[in-house]
Amino acid sequence: MLESYIYILEFINKAKEISGRKKLQKMIYISKKFNLPFIERFNFHFYGPYSDELTVKVEELCNMGLIEEEKTKKSGATQYVYRLTNKGEDVLTNHLEQLREHIPLINNLQNQTSRFLELVATLLYFESLSMIEAIEKVKSLKSKQNYTDEEFTIAYDFIEKLKKNEVAC
Amino acid sequence: MNPEKKLSEEKVFKDPVHRYIHVRDKLIWDLIGTKEFQRLRRIKQLGTTYLTFHGAEHSRFSHSLGVYEIIRRIIDDVFKGRDEWDEGERLVTLCAALLHDVGHGPFSHSFEKVFHLDHESFTQKIILGETEVNNVLKEEGADFPTKVSEVIAKTYKNKQVISLISSQIDADRMDYLLRDAYYTGVSYGNFDMERILRTMRPREDMVVFKSSGMHAVEDYIMSRYQMYWQVYFHPVTRSAEVILSKILHRAKKLYLNGYEFKYHPTHFESIFNGSVTLEDYIRLDEGVAFYYFQQWLDEEDKILKDLCDRFLNRRLFQYIEFNALLQLDKWSELTNLFKKAGIDPEYYLVPDSSSDLPYDYYRPGEEEERLPIYLLMGNNDIRELSRESFIVEAISGKKRTDHKLYFPLDLINDTSSKKKYKEEIKRILGI
Repeated sequence: MLESYIYILEFINKAKEISGRKKLQKMIYISKKFNLPFIERFNFHFYGPYSDELTVKVEELCNMGLIEEEKTKKSGATQYVYRLTNKGEDVLTNHLEQLREHIPLINNLQNQTSRFLELVATLLYFESLSMIEAIEKVKSLKSKQNYTDEEFTIAYDFIEKLKKNEVAC
Repeated sequence: MNPEKKLSEEKVFKDPVHRYIHVRDKLIWDLIGTKEFQRLRRIKQLGTTYLTFHGAEHSRFSHSLGVYEIIRRIIDDVFKGRDEWDEGERLVTLCAALLHDVGHGPFSHSFEKVFHLDHESFTQKIILGETEVNNVLKEEGADFPTKVSEVIAKTYKNKQVISLISSQIDADRMDYLLRDAYYTGVSYGNFDMERILRTMRPREDMVVFKSSGMHAVEDYIMSRYQMYWQVYFHPVTRSAEVILSKILHRAKKLYLNGYEFKYHPTHFESIFNGSVTLEDYIRLDEGVAFYYFQQWLDEEDKILKDLCDRFLNRRLFQYIEFNALLQLDKWSELTNLFKKAGIDPEYYLVPDSSSDLPYDYYRPGEEEERLPIYLLMGNNDIRELSRESFIVEAISGKKRTDHKLYFPLDLINDTSSKKKYKEEIKRILGI
């Protein structure tokens, strides 16, 4: 049970900092789909796969003083930036590193925009559908996002590379 | 789609929360009569809460009827005839409301955690698989079961329909708050639902509330906040939940290790070995679970026997405030001392946190992570609730979280053996 908190701490630590709640949710969802050991359950919400449990755990870690949540403004909208505190780093020193081999994947996700991660996460959520059906589904559910055909192509290419471990290593 | 088939006479169910539940659609009446829906009578809405609030014996059956009734009142009494509401969505919305919890199993939360099950996935399977529910839904059209399942999975195209059943102020939450308050007997879960319903307005992709209804919505938010801390996260209920989880863990472990049960756990077998089918899942209800807990009182395995006795006879664990992550030295020391004292820490020393609970309170949802509650202002502007209400702003600001450590005080107090270690445990626990 404690491990689940440690994984979140280590993930944020490896990413250095994560800008945005949506980005944090999507990064962890995609990582879980690629077998990182997260146990939080995700369901589909208005903006793609989302985990209430992860939200509460991050709040708990903030209240424990292990994660710092900085409220910023980006293009007029509120955004939260997450990073480990010194106390959080101290807690990690007492545990074996579990995510070291996944640093390339975490860094790669970190370098993407939250809009792109939302698309990738949503396509992965509908992976049981054919590619055509999944694209139709995303276009229908996220019509306001206006994802272009080029973005779908890039997203599927990204997913394929993750599957072949080309991005992760 | 077929024209809506009506019953020759309206049927009503007497209900202590909504007074009457009205059924006029044949489809709804037929769904209520299916075996998968009737099964919900045998699953308690609040799991182990009855061990704290003895009235809390109500079922997911009554809650599901309640959610249906709230939706029926919204779409038949408030939304009907409004431009922004598509009357063609009426039946799919009513069916989704009625069936939204049909995949819940006995003591859902514990079972799901221990056995890695997902009630939402079973809801989909019951709606789409070879079931009586599916047969009834198909009468409405071949693609109708898929539409109902998509509303419940929140992947339906019409987001307004989804938000009626699943959002931060939806029919599901309104019913369970009122119903749970009624059956637990607490006074702080109540709010004026009629007023809230009258101020609801359909808008593109969502439902908003006229600003004149803000105080009724504030009451709902307060109710949600108080029920969270006073009922759902009650430490005694959590203690029972912890013991229940450990019973399931122990039984599974014994089964996988080839332990010879005196009474073979046939109903649990496929769940233990991870090959549960829809048929197995539907057969399992709380009556079956309790039957096995009774049987396991006679088992040779001392841990399983003891945990079942604690659960059935309400000999629950004691607790202290304790955050294992911030007190790793103490946590490690306690674990070692429990082992030395002959009390297996895997089953008898259990941390529990707010994130272990499937309930929450209102979050304004900045950064679009979850759709917040919107007020419709006099000038037709739309404003997020916490920006208009000081009360909501206050309780949704600082997030309160909680961490406890559960243990069997009676075993630690029994100093007839291993006295030295037990005294040391008591010193660290501060008891």
